[in-house]
Amino acid sequence: MLELTRVTAGYDRREPVVREVSLSLAPGESLGLLGPSGCGKSTLARVAALLHRPYAGTVVLDGEPVRGWRHRAPRAQRTAVGVVFQQPRLSADPRLTLRELIAQPLRATGRRAEVADRVAALAPAVGLTPELLERRPHEVSDGQLQRACLARALVLRPRWLICDEMTAMLDASTTAALVAVVESYRRESGAGLLAVGHDRVLLERWCDRTVGWQECSAPGAPQEVMGPGGQSS
Amino acid sequence: MAETDFGPARRTTRRIRVTASAGIVAAVLLAVLLVPPLVQLDQQAVDLAAKLRPPSWQHPFGTDDVGRDLLLRCVYGLRVSLLVGVVAGLTATVIGTAVGALAAAFGGWTDRLVMRLVDTFSSVPHLLLGIFIVAMFRPGVGPVIVSVALTHWLSTARIVRSEVLSLRSRPFIDAAISGGASRGRVVVRHLLPAVLPQAGLAAVLMVPHAMWHESALSFLGLGLPTHQASLGNLVQTARGSLLAGDWWPTLFPGLFLVLPTLALAGLAGAWRERINPRRRSELML
Repeated sequence: MLELTRVTAGYDRREPVVREVSLSLAPGESLGLLGPSGCGKSTLARVAALLHRPYAGTVVLDGEPVRGWRHRAPRAQRTAVGVVFQQPRLSADPRLTLRELIAQPLRATGRRAEVADRVAALAPAVGLTPELLERRPHEVSDGQLQRACLARALVLRPRWLICDEMTAMLDASTTAALVAVVESYRRESGAGLLAVGHDRVLLERWCDRTVGWQECSAPGAPQEVMGPGGQSS
Repeated sequence: MAETDFGPARRTTRRIRVTASAGIVAAVLLAVLLVPPLVQLDQQAVDLAAKLRPPSWQHPFGTDDVGRDLLLRCVYGLRVSLLVGVVAGLTATVIGTAVGALAAAFGGWTDRLVMRLVDTFSSVPHLLLGIFIVAMFRPGVGPVIVSVALTHWLSTARIVRSEVLSLRSRPFIDAAISGGASRGRVVVRHLLPAVLPQAGLAAVLMVPHAMWHESALSFLGLGLPTHQASLGNLVQTARGSLLAGDWWPTLFPGLFLVLPTLALAGLAGAWRERINPRRRSELML
């Protein structure tokens, strides 16, 4: 399970963006989180990906309570969650080729030996040709770069995948292709998916269930909106 | 639009400037590296019978007040000034990069403390601080380098800190952390490579600046010992002769200081435009 309970987070303690939000996600389940822009859903996604320390609330990942965020989280916990961000330009180190970009998590975790095999398996799956793999981010389109970013998020075979507005910058066919890649990974690995976005049509087609931001955030009200079984109330 | 209007003309002048700068820098490097080993003349050789001779075929730059050949003195002086400039510039850049990167990487109180320290140092004119530092030692190359290096890391620290701060919050750092990268890996693989061009540029820009400081300190009689040829010392000892109407002992060391430093600064400027295209496009507008 990936459980967020009454999480309050933000960038200014006096005015948190996310107030007492609770969410829970079962293995193999796909959950769409709908919200207007600026509501704090990306911040919540960063909390769930262990990239942003909340002011209050708890995150439990596979039964283990999360005690530290960013570098303070144990590597095994951090790498259990794969993340795809909204803007591929900003989430790719401009000095790396797409091949290095995809291989980066393997190198960082000391699994250099698997690089060739994993990249060779993932690149065709996300639709990148060998020629594209040798290019740098500024030499490819947003869609191609986002394909590489998705491959990077999948390269360590995470048990959880968080897609934060993954397709907001992309055209319909690339969106369909990336969603298909995520879905086939989920079928094959049984990973849980949290898809954050503002496109109701897309999320309702894509995910097992979709919740609105209002339903899971309960400012001032200390009740748990999402049951542990993942049933939306 | 600016590209088509006056871009090409400007680009041509820039090319001329860069070529001239590169030529001067190359000539300077050749002179300081090759002349001393190849020309077996003693730059310290005193010939009182030939003192203060104007430029001639025998002494192209003339001779100084004790009859030493000025061309040779200038080359040796440039060698010393360049050595001081390069070593002090590099040291200052390394200190600045380390301080700036650490302040930004740790953040919080460390950052605040370090940056207030930088402010404090910056509030004192750096030549004054430099004079204070050299005054504590016997004259020599070492103290001058220490003095210039210790007073010139501040701006580099500021630049590197702001650069690292802006990089640190980019999603690609988040992606690296999420991919299991350790703190050290993030710094070595993602942050440092991004700031190195800026730091390298700061180092190159610092070299001519440091040369001027060496000259200023020597001119004030605080830098290198007077018998050692350095551009500052040469100008300093030439002051007396200038009043008597002998212009060459001032002019040639002065040119030796101005031309190479301008050339180095010109090259560094061209490099800055190259690695920072946004600045280039701003200049074009």
